[in-house]
Amino acid sequence: MKRFTSLFAALVLGLGIQFSAAANTVAPDALVKSVSDDVISIVRQDKAIQSGDTHKAVSLVETKVLPYFDFAHMTRLAVGKDWKQASADQKSTLTQEFKTLLVRTYSNALTKYRDQQIDFEPLKAKPEDTDVIVRTKVRQAGAKPVQIDYNLEKQGDSWKVYDVLVAGVSLVTNYRDEFGQEVRAGGIDGLIKTLKDKNKQIDPAVAAKK
Amino acid sequence: MKKNSKPESTLVRRSTLAIGLTFAVTGCAGPGGHPKDPLEPMNRATFQFNEKADKYVMRPVAEVYDQAPLPVKTGVANFFGNIADVWIGVNNLLQGKFTDGLSDGGRFLLNSTVGLLGVFDVATEIGLEKHDEDLGQTLGYWGVGDGPYLVLPFLGPSNVRDGVSLIGDFHFDPLMQLEDVGARNSLTGLRFVSKRAALLGADTAAEEAALDKYGYMRSFYIQYRRNQIFDGQPPREKDPDDDDSSDNDKAATDKSAVGDAADKSPSPDKKESQ
Repeated sequence: MKRFTSLFAALVLGLGIQFSAAANTVAPDALVKSVSDDVISIVRQDKAIQSGDTHKAVSLVETKVLPYFDFAHMTRLAVGKDWKQASADQKSTLTQEFKTLLVRTYSNALTKYRDQQIDFEPLKAKPEDTDVIVRTKVRQAGAKPVQIDYNLEKQGDSWKVYDVLVAGVSLVTNYRDEFGQEVRAGGIDGLIKTLKDKNKQIDPAVAAKK
Repeated sequence: MKKNSKPESTLVRRSTLAIGLTFAVTGCAGPGGHPKDPLEPMNRATFQFNEKADKYVMRPVAEVYDQAPLPVKTGVANFFGNIADVWIGVNNLLQGKFTDGLSDGGRFLLNSTVGLLGVFDVATEIGLEKHDEDLGQTLGYWGVGDGPYLVLPFLGPSNVRDGVSLIGDFHFDPLMQLEDVGARNSLTGLRFVSKRAALLGADTAAEEAALDKYGYMRSFYIQYRRNQIFDGQPPREKDPDDDDSSDNDKAATDKSAVGDAADKSPSPDKKESQ
């Protein structure tokens, strides 16, 4: 009986600890892991996404992934030095268009998911750090694992992803040269126009036909 | 400005080539050009050629090959991966990474025997991780600069250092040691197709993501090689521009400063102490 009570106490205590952890900040590596686990378990069961339903993949990304990304920061990084010359309006349009571009491109990638396994490397960070890298490796049969690293920044009580690196290539800064070129050719508005055109061109409805 | 030039007449192409060479000689990146890409006109011409060759020959062949059952494709990739491990190991030794070099040797011995001539990658199963090294990385490791960006015919993105290093990689390529020309050529062809097929999917993603595919691939290659040279742990480059509030550091963030940023990164050998 005594053993039973202590077991019960441990259980309550355990639950209590878990609840308090949830109320406070979720560690950055735990965050990335839970989001990826979540998304993968959905894709695994969703035949529509597996057979290339980009619309569905996009909405999955929008609900499950986007809340943990800081697109304003990503856009600022991608635009680089020209960011300063953009007006507040232009900044928010740029952010919106860049977000659309990234979400569509990488949601398409999600439809290609086939049982890859994600390994998480131990997080190397001090408790007081506000900028960390969560390193993962995606393993698949017959190929070298692909390194995927997430840069996260602490904002208040939560962590937000501001860059993703695939095989060491930043999906964000990879745009910097192209964006710079566009701005030199047609100013910030030129860049906005190019992004809008590009987004129309890869609209899922159009992309699905390929 | 339209960057995707249509296939031009030979005359135009020759003149772009000449312009490219002039830039090479003077080392001048035209106004607004990429600091790492003084040969851009010539590179773009080669890029266009590669795109066409890929669209009409390489990609279709890779798509046919991709129909093969997964175990077959895996076996083929493993076979070529195994014979590559020898040169990878040598390059690890050349970089002073003895543990990695020995592990590569061990991988080759194990996979060549137990793994039935490399068809099965048993070494990875027991925890000997596959590495990725070549002569260009070894030179980069010891601080040799990459030089101008270079697009090679058929082989794609490279730079002067890596392009020249390919001659060494090629010379020590086990397939090149084969006496039988027929076997050598067919195996080299199969390896090429196997590698191209592995990139199916990634190529469409790049197509969708890029505003200008040439520029996208160039940035990609530069970052990718840097990552390889640092074995997957390059220091994050400082982002002088990543500051929402600063307005008075214009001089610090002008083009030349940004262009030099890559060269100022700490040399790779420093991170060995981590």
